[in-house]
Amino acid sequence: MKIYVPADAAARALGADSVAAAIAAHAGLNGQDVTIVRNGSRGMIWLEPMVEVETAQGRIGFGPMTPEDVPALFNDLAAHPKALGLVDDIPFFKSQTRLTFARVGLIDPLSIADYQANGGLSGLRRALAMSRDARLEEVTASGLRGRGGAGFPTGIKWKTVAGAEAPQKYIVCNADEGDSGTFADRMLMEGDPLCLIEGMVIAGLSVGATKGFVYIRSEYPDAIRVMRAACDVAEEAGLLGGSVLGSEHAFDLEIRVGAGAYVCGEETSLLNSLEGKRGTVRAKPPLPALKGFMGRPTVVNNVLSLGTIPWIFEHGAAAYADFGIGRSRGTMPLQLAGNIRFGGLYETAFGTTLGEVVNTIGGGTASGRPVKAVQVGGPLGAYFTPEQFDIPVGYEEFAAKDGIVGHAGFTVFDETADMAAMARFAMEFCAIESCGTCTPCRIGSVRGVETIDRMLAGDPAAEPILRDLCEVMKLGSLCALGGFAPYPVLSALNAFPEEFRPRKQEAAE
Amino acid sequence: MKDFIIPDHGTPVRKGAPVSLTIDGVAVTVPAGTSVMRAAKEAGITVPKLCATDMLEPIGSCRLCMVEVEGMRGTPASCTTPVQSGMVVHTQTEQLAKLRRGVMELYISDHPLDCLTCAANGDCELQDMAAATGLRDVRYLAGENHFEPRQNGEANPCYIPKDQSNPYFSYDPAKCIVCMRCVRACEEVQGTFALTIEGRGFDARISTAAPDFLSSDCVSCGACVQACPTATLVEKTVEEVGLPERSVVTTCAYCGVGCSFEAQMRGEELVRMVPYKGGEANRGHSCVKGRFAWGYATHKDRILNPMIRDTIDAPWREVSWEEALAFTAKKMGAIQEKFGKNAVGVITSSRCTNEETFLVQKLTRAVFGNNNTDTCARVCHSPTGYGLKQTFGTSAGTQNFDSVEETDLALVIGANPTDAHPVFGSRLRKRLRQGASLIVVDPRRIDLLETPHLGENLHLQLKPGTNVATVTALAHVIVTEGLYNETFIRERCDWEEWSDYADFVSNPEYSPEAVAELTGVPAETMRAAARAYAAAPNASIYYGLGVTEHSQGSTTVIAIANLAMMTGNIGRPGVGVNPLRGQNNVQGSCDMGSFPQDLPGYRHVSDPAVRAIFENAWGVTLDPEPGLRINNMLDAAVQGRFKGIYIQGEDILQSDPDTRHVVAGLAAMDCVIVHDLFLNETANYAHVFLPGSTFLEKDGTFTNAERRINMVRRVMSPKNGFADWEVTQMLANAMGANWSYTHPREIMAEIAATTPGFANVTYDMLEERGSVQWPCNDNAPEGSPVMHVDGFVRGKGRFIRTAYVPTDERTGPRFPLLLTTGRILSQYNVGAQTRRTENTAWHAEDILEIHPQDADARGINEGDWVRLASRSGDTTLRATITERVSPGVVYTTFHHPTTQANVVTTDNSDWATNCPEYKVTAVQVAPSNGPSEWQTEYSEQADKSRRIEAAE
Repeated sequence: MKIYVPADAAARALGADSVAAAIAAHAGLNGQDVTIVRNGSRGMIWLEPMVEVETAQGRIGFGPMTPEDVPALFNDLAAHPKALGLVDDIPFFKSQTRLTFARVGLIDPLSIADYQANGGLSGLRRALAMSRDARLEEVTASGLRGRGGAGFPTGIKWKTVAGAEAPQKYIVCNADEGDSGTFADRMLMEGDPLCLIEGMVIAGLSVGATKGFVYIRSEYPDAIRVMRAACDVAEEAGLLGGSVLGSEHAFDLEIRVGAGAYVCGEETSLLNSLEGKRGTVRAKPPLPALKGFMGRPTVVNNVLSLGTIPWIFEHGAAAYADFGIGRSRGTMPLQLAGNIRFGGLYETAFGTTLGEVVNTIGGGTASGRPVKAVQVGGPLGAYFTPEQFDIPVGYEEFAAKDGIVGHAGFTVFDETADMAAMARFAMEFCAIESCGTCTPCRIGSVRGVETIDRMLAGDPAAEPILRDLCEVMKLGSLCALGGFAPYPVLSALNAFPEEFRPRKQEAAE
Repeated sequence: MKDFIIPDHGTPVRKGAPVSLTIDGVAVTVPAGTSVMRAAKEAGITVPKLCATDMLEPIGSCRLCMVEVEGMRGTPASCTTPVQSGMVVHTQTEQLAKLRRGVMELYISDHPLDCLTCAANGDCELQDMAAATGLRDVRYLAGENHFEPRQNGEANPCYIPKDQSNPYFSYDPAKCIVCMRCVRACEEVQGTFALTIEGRGFDARISTAAPDFLSSDCVSCGACVQACPTATLVEKTVEEVGLPERSVVTTCAYCGVGCSFEAQMRGEELVRMVPYKGGEANRGHSCVKGRFAWGYATHKDRILNPMIRDTIDAPWREVSWEEALAFTAKKMGAIQEKFGKNAVGVITSSRCTNEETFLVQKLTRAVFGNNNTDTCARVCHSPTGYGLKQTFGTSAGTQNFDSVEETDLALVIGANPTDAHPVFGSRLRKRLRQGASLIVVDPRRIDLLETPHLGENLHLQLKPGTNVATVTALAHVIVTEGLYNETFIRERCDWEEWSDYADFVSNPEYSPEAVAELTGVPAETMRAAARAYAAAPNASIYYGLGVTEHSQGSTTVIAIANLAMMTGNIGRPGVGVNPLRGQNNVQGSCDMGSFPQDLPGYRHVSDPAVRAIFENAWGVTLDPEPGLRINNMLDAAVQGRFKGIYIQGEDILQSDPDTRHVVAGLAAMDCVIVHDLFLNETANYAHVFLPGSTFLEKDGTFTNAERRINMVRRVMSPKNGFADWEVTQMLANAMGANWSYTHPREIMAEIAATTPGFANVTYDMLEERGSVQWPCNDNAPEGSPVMHVDGFVRGKGRFIRTAYVPTDERTGPRFPLLLTTGRILSQYNVGAQTRRTENTAWHAEDILEIHPQDADARGINEGDWVRLASRSGDTTLRATITERVSPGVVYTTFHHPTTQANVVTTDNSDWATNCPEYKVTAVQVAPSNGPSEWQTEYSEQADKSRRIEAAE
């Protein structure tokens, strides 16, 4: 009997470890031969811990499980009170297009055999058989754009690094997933770490880099542990080392841990931090692609960008580019969070409307109250109201509405949300996380908080100051931290102007 | 003030292919890599800025310099945006004006509005930008800020009080705009990395990572003060006096780097010395001495009236110039009458100008009628003059300082640039951070080896006195491993002499393995160093007194020249042999004929053709016999044959070796004339004291270590009444000469007319070009940044054998340790100047460095008083225990007369030039209770000798 219990950090936070222990204990007690596999999460967080039992029909899901629910697993499975039926048939799961996350939750993350049995290394093998130019062309043709938020075409970035002359080049994976309400990077690293490694190796082959780093935020101890173990597995399997899969190519990988600064998710700060310096933003140009880590040409890509590379090489660029809309090709792992009924990770092609994401996929609010706003793209993303639910998920489509897709985090708020407080929080967050290099962000964010407070105190002079400040921050900041902080502020102000006035009870006093 | 600030182009100059673009409708072409900001400036358009300055790489912090570029999204910062061909840039639009005003509004919301009482009032870039952006109103209300000590009745946690710990500048965090120019200047220009930013966001603050500036790694070079756009880092003199109203470019009077400075004045009061960006030696950088340590110029110890006395036991008597000169002329005349014309002589000064030095040697040759002239180069770089003349044909370094920017490997031998030539040290460190390799040959682990972000480096930590063996071993490796550049040698050098030298060094007795034990350097390290030097595309050698001040100083200079020739590292930028000259005008004083055998331009007095030039110019007959060297003068004095000496701007008693011998010589003379700023140690044995003038009080030229003739300009009238050249002229005329110079430019005209290397040098040319490197004549009308470009000056480069002959100075049971001496950053030479400044905050006394092993064996603890004794004498000083010196080696400086390290040094000297062997003395070190007998006697004598009779 093979039972899957996720070792994903979210599942563990919800009690997966005690469920796994209960299964082992129960099996031992009854002398039953049970194999427990600690897989990744299937992304249905409201069902975690979701245990899967392998049967002849397929894997049957049970959840959310508690240790008390364990004994019943050893009886009639169909009669189990937490039985969810075949995992593949769960509507939230079935309706997805899982390309990047195809193996997450399916396999034992550290089993190279599982990995290969499910398509792992096929992409790399194909890449090895291609010329460097053909590899670069493949990535370009796929239409893949940076999944970290900026949406820069991955193929162009790789071509820039490939074309740069240098004694050493680097691949740096940005796994400093600091945006609140996002978790896809973590889930991929915990659920299918070899996929990320394979993607980085292909990147190395494509641009001529022989060394890579994964820069993981310190708040992700599980991902750090799994990635380190996966590096050992990959080395043993010949995926990493002096001769990648027996080829003439070398690629080494190092796992590095951040020190807790949000701004180190910004690529130039990340590079400074990686070099052992203070994590402050560097002006661009020079682009990291030309002068990155230690001044050498460097590909800095997000976990999801690199994690999508193996699928593209396994199935071909055209297959990937078939999905999506406009200039947003392929799929995007959406992360549904906040006040939402079905929270979790949902990978689907670009083009789904915001309304479908919130209401159809997410099932509306968890509280059952009407949706008031959705913040898309992390703490610096704009707030959207239900009136805007017809916007399709796509980079240009969101930009046209003064918003960002970003890392595709969707945080839902119901009607009780205090939008002025949320706007104030955006400025406060920026003030706390600012690296201090540029003036608009360093001083502006502090003045932003103070000015919103003035508005809340009823100072009529404050709003034009806030609007001017937002313009200075948006156009004047050195990086996206200061540059995007105005998005939640202005979108909240524009949609809910009445909430930026003195509170009634205060006015009454 | 703003009238004389050189326009700041915002970002550094780039070298690239030309790129054309349009800025505000103006077409401009600049090198690729240039920023839009700099391109705009070159087109005559000033883009507002605060964090950018052309001394530093841009970081795009302030965001005032935003521009609009057609076809580009947003408003990129012009400082970090490189030009592109065909770019169309707009620097002034309604949108930009609004954004810039918004940024300024943020800045001013966190800045005190005390402009009228601020030290930077009128010289503040923040003020300028507030004006330029048209900021009329700060709409933010008093919120969180860094400038109010108290807020709402409580202490403001963001407020940091002013740091006044540095004697020369203050740091007021309340005025800081966190542009990081200071941090970047400390890193990029100075290379010390003493400053950083602590905290982030609104909490980001400049930090020394120490309790205050004085206790931090800061070396007080002033680069941060220079970079600061506000009054956050400001000179205390500006706080005290106010803003200067005029600026005069002149040349620093400390070391041989010869930095150009702006003397910024208020009337006749010097407010501050600011490094001049147009100075080609320093490129806008400075060190603590030149930048700040000029207070000695107005120190109360300065003697402003002439003084005379009949015997050195008598107190000084202040007299008029007429009386002093008559007294002196009479005495000197009487000596010559009684003991012959050769019984008197002069010592020229390496601190004074070329013109002044020229007159002093002219005084002895043309007026005294002998060639008894010498200078302090005798005790420092005379072996350089000899060695390079013999091998290359010119007694000077081969490069300019800019050359270091193109070197791939720097071999630094017996020099400590970060302390003794700090601005060159910073320029070298910059190149090392860019990836050039470093090889240090030195008994001590010098700070250069601690350079942050240093790449490949080797330290050949040799035993003092084994330079020749070590450098010859490097040659052995290059020759025997076939690493030499045969093409260069065949084209440029004498092949037979090369073959002889190659045979000589190939002898296994010169192999690294054979000399490893002798030198204390592992053979493999020597081999690695030789291979690296030979392999580098551009390898340069920089050396100092650690090479010259040995019994085989000249041999080491020759060995160095041989190394450069055999590897073809001569005649282009990035390579060469570079002596780091000690004093501001030591190169010039040698050029000007200060040595007894050489007329100006290094031409021997025995050459009748050369003598004829000067005999015609001066209307006298010259003595064809070389005169006495300084040590010969002292010997002759002891023997009663030499009775009178005129010493301008040098303190031979403290600086020359074997102090007791110097004392005996001076004491035996009838007329010692000291011409100086202060009653120095030598003056204790003088009969005439003629007050001198500082470099701020006269016009003239200094020639630095790169042969650069720099202008020295008078910014205030001489406190003593006369510039030094005037005093020498008055003395000459009192003795019957009929000189009538009215300005140093006339002296330079005489130098140019008589000295081929200076033929085209005029004051008009120097005014126009700023400076020029000799030779400057019809063959090289633009001067000579790099020498020996198409061939050696002497014709074929000459290889000379460099046999190692150990010094007579050996360690033994009584004197088991080797003493070597040197300098420290904050003090200069005998300290006559720096000891009379606040630099004593860093170094108030000479300290003996001793290895823990040697200290332990003698029961010496950190800070203990110790007795340092040699065969010559003994002194006491405090000890510090450090692994910077090897076991068996001790080290001290010679800046303080109370210590007098030269009581201990011996009379051994270089075989060719008599340069003293300061760098090797066998000594013993033992715990001590107090000053030595010599120190006690000496200070009694000095106190007595310095008495001045009250004026009647």
